[in-house]
Amino acid sequence: MTFKLMLRNFVGGPLTEAAPPVDDAALAELAAQVNQASRARLGRTLSIREVDAGSCNGCELEIHALNNVLYDLERFGLRFVASPRHADVLLVTGPVTKNMREALERTYKATPDPKWVVAVGDCARNGGVFAGSAACVGGVSAVLAVDLHIPGCPPSPTALLSGLLALVESVST
Amino acid sequence: MDWTPSIVNRQGWEQAAASLQRGEQSLLSLWGEPGVAHLALIESNKISLFRFDCAAGVFPSVGRLHPPAIRLERAMQDLAGLQAEGAPDSRPWLRHAGPYPFLPAEGESLHQIPVGPVHAGIIEPGHFRFTANGETVVRLEARLGYAHKGIDALMAGASLERAASLAGRVSGDSTVAYAIAFAQAVENALGAPVPARALWLRALAAELERLANHLGDIGAVCNDASFSIMHASCGLLREHVLLAANACFGHRLMMDVVVPGGLRSDLAPEGARELNALLAFIRRRFPELVDLYDNTASLKDRTVGTGILSHALAQQFAAGGYVGRASGRHFDARRTPGYAPYGTLQFEVPSVQAGDVNARVWIRIREVEQSLALVEQILAGLPSGASHSALPTARSTSEGVALVEGFRGDIFAWVRIGSDGRVERCHLRDPSWFQWPLLEAAIEGNIVADFPLCNKSFNCSYSGHDL
Repeated sequence: MTFKLMLRNFVGGPLTEAAPPVDDAALAELAAQVNQASRARLGRTLSIREVDAGSCNGCELEIHALNNVLYDLERFGLRFVASPRHADVLLVTGPVTKNMREALERTYKATPDPKWVVAVGDCARNGGVFAGSAACVGGVSAVLAVDLHIPGCPPSPTALLSGLLALVESVST
Repeated sequence: MDWTPSIVNRQGWEQAAASLQRGEQSLLSLWGEPGVAHLALIESNKISLFRFDCAAGVFPSVGRLHPPAIRLERAMQDLAGLQAEGAPDSRPWLRHAGPYPFLPAEGESLHQIPVGPVHAGIIEPGHFRFTANGETVVRLEARLGYAHKGIDALMAGASLERAASLAGRVSGDSTVAYAIAFAQAVENALGAPVPARALWLRALAAELERLANHLGDIGAVCNDASFSIMHASCGLLREHVLLAANACFGHRLMMDVVVPGGLRSDLAPEGARELNALLAFIRRRFPELVDLYDNTASLKDRTVGTGILSHALAQQFAAGGYVGRASGRHFDARRTPGYAPYGTLQFEVPSVQAGDVNARVWIRIREVEQSLALVEQILAGLPSGASHSALPTARSTSEGVALVEGFRGDIFAWVRIGSDGRVERCHLRDPSWFQWPLLEAAIEGNIVADFPLCNKSFNCSYSGHDL
């Protein structure tokens, strides 16, 4: 059974979607953030550490989808890593709850330089529907300097890819 | 939804708690607001609500007699400032302040493994404290609340539109089920009629959500046993469900589609065609994946006999969804108390006794098959007409209740609407409240390396629980 499935996958050709266009707005936002030295060091690969700072889990579902066979994030040189110590990029979701603030700060401190912070989703931008809650800090930029926002509730995998590709472009050109 | 409200004194409250202890009723939820404690129970298909006025902020502990209530009481203390008198555990739960004393585990050769709140994968935040003897887990204690966003407080005073949007973001993977639960509670409070077409389309969205989550989970459980071809193949099926959902309702997760009074937008014109193609695709691909799961000995070796949850605990904690049904608790809110249109649809509620990871995978497999059949029936029988009707104006304070079957289990919703038509208070209880403690029981005696497998087979919600 495994053999049959694998055979079909081998001969059936890739299911991957074509790469989405690089997000121009994201490129502009990033232009100022990426210097030549870090470009040289990283080449075209970026390791991403995802941090859920209190999201509803909607953003995580779509970030997960980046790894499925249709979006296949790794073909762009981007991959998710298990530890902030291996990461170049922190991908942060959620309105940053008070209960997650310290963990987010410690994750950032554990990430080696050069590093970028990408805030994913409307909550991560400004708290989203949870803005004003006494239990939330309200947006990632209240805790860390944010290099790129990818809006949406949640952003689709294509929107996530467009934003992340802009990051790769900025880092590698 | 029929339910009986009663305002009880101390004796009545304690009698209700004692009936839980004797197993005569199941706990639906326990929640508070300043000066009032609320308790919701279900016996066969009869829901009762108890209200205990406690101006001094103290009520008799239910958790003292019925352990599933303990964490809810701790949350009441955090969110409403109510104290459970005689409670076995008074540590804060959703509000984090200062060091947290974990429960002791003492003995020779024990060591602790702290994990989280930031995990290695793309997972919600939570902390797990393992005490292990070599490889064997002696005790697991979860500390949750990291995703606590203050939803109860945001709900108070919100317009119905804003509250519906918040309800749809309590747990993103169950956005449809939460939106239905909130909408039903509002409609119940206001006595609002809902067009038949809206009810059917809600069920359609709910079954698509169930399909997407179950397909994702079946693959993810296998992935945690390092069997990645299942993960890749199930991930493709899940993605097709989300693409179809997007084509039908304009949002991949179907957020904000369900609103009080009906649906925000009707099924897209090409929806039925997309869904028929989806059904054909899944029916062609899924059976071979089920065969693959069933015939891969090295995978079954990991899932069979791992993380066993006893029937007694599933029953005591009124565990909903696949967690309950894999341990012989045959409960499904679509049947009991039930809501339209499920009474007119043919479907089975699968249930097995084994209670292990394998059983929780099989319940999902069977539910995928049932949901496919439900989507087909809904498409065939979809009534015509409007998909939304205006809500009647609120004239006085009113309360409403709903119990809705999400993919994870039954979601309980209670809302009180003021005479100004805004939400006065709203309480949403995720199925995970009664499943998280059972994960701690199921992992006992298993090896640490099997925790991801057990955890994924439960797939409890952090955000839904943390509110």
